[in-house]
Amino acid sequence: MLAKPFDTAAAAAAIDYANYPDEHGRFGDYGGLYVAETLMEPLAELREAYLRLRQDPDFIAELDRDLKHYVGRPSPIYHAERLSKKVGGAQILFKREDLNHTGAHKINNTVGQALVARRMGKRRIIAETGAGQHGVASATVATRMGLDCVVYMGAVDIERQKINVYRMKLLGAEVVPVTSGSQTLKDALNEAMRDWVTNVADTFYIIGTVAGPHPYPMMVRDFNAIVGREARAQMLEQYGRLPDVITACVGGGSNAIGLFHAFLNDRGVAIVGAEAAGDGIETGRHAASLAAGRPGVLHGNRTYVICNDDGQITETHSISAGLDYPGVGPEHAWLKDTGRASYVGITDDEALAAFHELARSEGILAALESSHAVAQGIKLARDLPKDRLVLVNLSGRGDKDVHTIAAREGIAL
Amino acid sequence: MNRIDQRFAQLQATGRTGLIPFITAGDPSPDSVVPLMRALVDAGADAIELGVPFSDPMADGPVIQHASERALAKGVGLAQILGWVGEFRKKDENTPVVLMGYLNPIEIHGYAKFASEAVAAGVDGVLLVDCPLEESATIKPLADAGLHRIFLAAPTTHDARLAALTREAGGFLYYVSFAGVTGANRLDLAPVRARVGAIKALAPALPVAVGFGVRDAASAVAIAEFADAVVIGSALVEHLANSSPAAAVTTAARDFLAPIRKALDARPARHAA
Ligand SMILES: Cc1ncc(COP(=O)(O)O)c(C=O)c1O
Repeated sequence: MLAKPFDTAAAAAAIDYANYPDEHGRFGDYGGLYVAETLMEPLAELREAYLRLRQDPDFIAELDRDLKHYVGRPSPIYHAERLSKKVGGAQILFKREDLNHTGAHKINNTVGQALVARRMGKRRIIAETGAGQHGVASATVATRMGLDCVVYMGAVDIERQKINVYRMKLLGAEVVPVTSGSQTLKDALNEAMRDWVTNVADTFYIIGTVAGPHPYPMMVRDFNAIVGREARAQMLEQYGRLPDVITACVGGGSNAIGLFHAFLNDRGVAIVGAEAAGDGIETGRHAASLAAGRPGVLHGNRTYVICNDDGQITETHSISAGLDYPGVGPEHAWLKDTGRASYVGITDDEALAAFHELARSEGILAALESSHAVAQGIKLARDLPKDRLVLVNLSGRGDKDVHTIAAREGIAL
Repeated sequence: MNRIDQRFAQLQATGRTGLIPFITAGDPSPDSVVPLMRALVDAGADAIELGVPFSDPMADGPVIQHASERALAKGVGLAQILGWVGEFRKKDENTPVVLMGYLNPIEIHGYAKFASEAVAAGVDGVLLVDCPLEESATIKPLADAGLHRIFLAAPTTHDARLAALTREAGGFLYYVSFAGVTGANRLDLAPVRARVGAIKALAPALPVAVGFGVRDAASAVAIAEFADAVVIGSALVEHLANSSPAAAVTTAARDFLAPIRKALDARPARHAA
């Protein structure tokens, strides 16, 4: 199913997506600052520091240098010719965020936030992580700047992402297991917030996705928006035109908004987000907040959440730890409501099948999170003619998931 | 007149310090909530904060987190909690009840629907931890229905915000004594005294309750030096959690609170502001 870019209401058609969020951190009804009083001044300080820095030529130059020489940007756009032929529809192109240092898009954000942290004079970094990619990316930038780093990670996720846990330790970070609630990403975020509220004077909280209170959804988006800016220019350079459809997986939504943002005002480009449908949305065992949730308030912002009729956040399920989250960035909630993007579910099985398909046809092991986007890209391409272009964000590489996949397929390593 | 305002007026007239216990609704058991509220009043509570359990209590430490998890595991929800308040009200027309919790359960229930049901049940105020002043338009239907919106002030709250908070506060201002989560043991009196003094300078008539870190008679008495009321949460919740069966819970509540009441009342009467 495609978003219908030419078929939106006049009001939605007039939106200039570059102008959001507003000064209160709102994207329409979504976003905002739903946190305890103790964090209000620290968030105001962060917002002011960030708004200043993002216009500071020194800061921008430093960030650009790091992205180029440390992260390895720009990442290429790769035409998956063999895969496209097999699918037999549109041409499938990959934005190769998996080639970044540390293996995913997450580093774009942590490099940026670490520079902000240093300029704000903080000496300690904390982060939450699900798949461990953001934890690794945070530990990486922290140690490079000589800052202490504590990463909160759900006990369930620690079990399924052992390699990343050890990577963080090798990088000098302390990994704190979180045993409250469902022991996954949302609980890690709660625990990181509790740390922050306690140690706010010297600690910088690097949130790993476009969730949390303002300014995080904006700041994390800005740092990941390099993905879409590069991709847009690369498309024009390599193909002389923009893609027909772009797609990305959506956990909290940072790689997706990173790709989407530069294309939001290109109304001819259809935008589709792929959420984790787990065992299938109809089973209730999924993490598809936009496709199957409802508006609510979680982790500092109003957005779509997965909860019961009492407003209690319910347990989610996905084979990929990085998508196993009951909320989603508020900008995505708004893009859904304005009709600018559509969001669909990809099941565990579909993601696994896409993982193998990509491995065998192109020699690329994608992260399980990214495999959801690959599956969606294949579905979209199948229904389109050969001269159309489908751009998929390959948000990360699959090395971290090899154990999970082997276990799922009954193979002992 | 809202029961919270009445109660603080009485406290001020008699020079007493308010004592506000917090319990998590449904913990240690759903059956014990109403008897527990009554026992707390018998033991000297001036108002009761009833915690509405939430799956993701970001501002709470382990004690209240676990109490919330236990209550949720027993299926406790907003409708049931309002029912308990209604039952409590049948025999107690005067003790204010404040619901304390997080936004999402109320958002999903519907703000206007919640507001009218809460007023009908006999709730007097609502403290929503993740709804700061800047977002308080969200809960305007609650104020419209006559519920006081209780706001928090914290050590990180600068003077300009403090002034805005004192202007908007309903009932009383709740001063959080340290930057941290509930139940931590980080009370440092001097800065708390200074900030409560700053609030009093801005709004002499606005009652100030101090919470977080009040654990026993000694800490309550120390805070009574400069605050109108003390809130005791985690220490009480922990005490109750260790005291099943249900019959023992009300006794445990009395044993916990009565000495604190006594110690507060042993102080010389506070001067009317
Ligand atoms: C490779 C990869 N892609 C996607 C995600 C999901 O996060 P987001 O939706 O913020 O991009 C993760 C999270 O850990 C990830 O590691």
